[in-house]
Amino acid sequence: MSDPMKIRATLQGDTADLRVLMLHPMETGQRKNSKGEIIPLHFIQSVLITHNGRTVLDAQWSQAVSRNPFLGVRIKGAKVGDKISVTWVDNKGDKRTDEVTVAAGS
Amino acid sequence: MNIVRRSFLKLAGNMAALAAAGMAGLMQSATILAAWNKAGFESKALADTLKSLGASGAAESRDIAITAPEIAENGAVVPIAVTSRIPNTQQISIVAEKNPFPLAATFDVANGAEGYVSTRIKMGQTSDVWAVVKAGDKFFTAKKEVKITVGGCG
Repeated sequence: MSDPMKIRATLQGDTADLRVLMLHPMETGQRKNSKGEIIPLHFIQSVLITHNGRTVLDAQWSQAVSRNPFLGVRIKGAKVGDKISVTWVDNKGDKRTDEVTVAAGS
Repeated sequence: MNIVRRSFLKLAGNMAALAAAGMAGLMQSATILAAWNKAGFESKALADTLKSLGASGAAESRDIAITAPEIAENGAVVPIAVTSRIPNTQQISIVAEKNPFPLAATFDVANGAEGYVSTRIKMGQTSDVWAVVKAGDKFFTAKKEVKITVGGCG
């Protein structure tokens, strides 16, 4: 259904710098298509990020978040190899989860 | 007799079936939305948005930094980052005051996540962008104006 997220987690000191790019149209319900019909609302409503199974971020979004949303978060106390998982759910009930392991920073 | 009556009955029957289907759909989406701050995301004025967050009358704080462009050419993609140096930051909300629905996003941070989020939002016109931070039981705000060349709501 939906395309995989691009996730990168790099360790800087004891903090993981997490960057997530989701692929989603994020329709506002205000745009019209070429026939003049309104394109219905379609947007990611909630995002959950866990670090080794513990919730670190629980977000609620509106349609005002840009198309193909970007999200940057910093997680303290992380180590190389830690598992970070990102899940989104949109207003139609579609969802997607992707996982990444923390990599050593440069 | 009475083709009109017959077609009316048929129409009425169809409408009833449609209404039933619609109700089922509504109830389903209502259960999914249970935790979503519907009142906040549907409010159209800044004061209502703050109220829905429980942040009415929040104090301004210099410990919140909003990183955003002074002029954004494309309102469809405005990068916004919020850094809160307030100890025990639990929640960060991003509010674009003059958007049709001002509240753009709320982030609850916990278990070692720093008081920092970075994302990209749409803005319809030049407006103040507010960061509303919850720490302990108190709310703090900061704002920064972002000028928009081409609106990103349409």
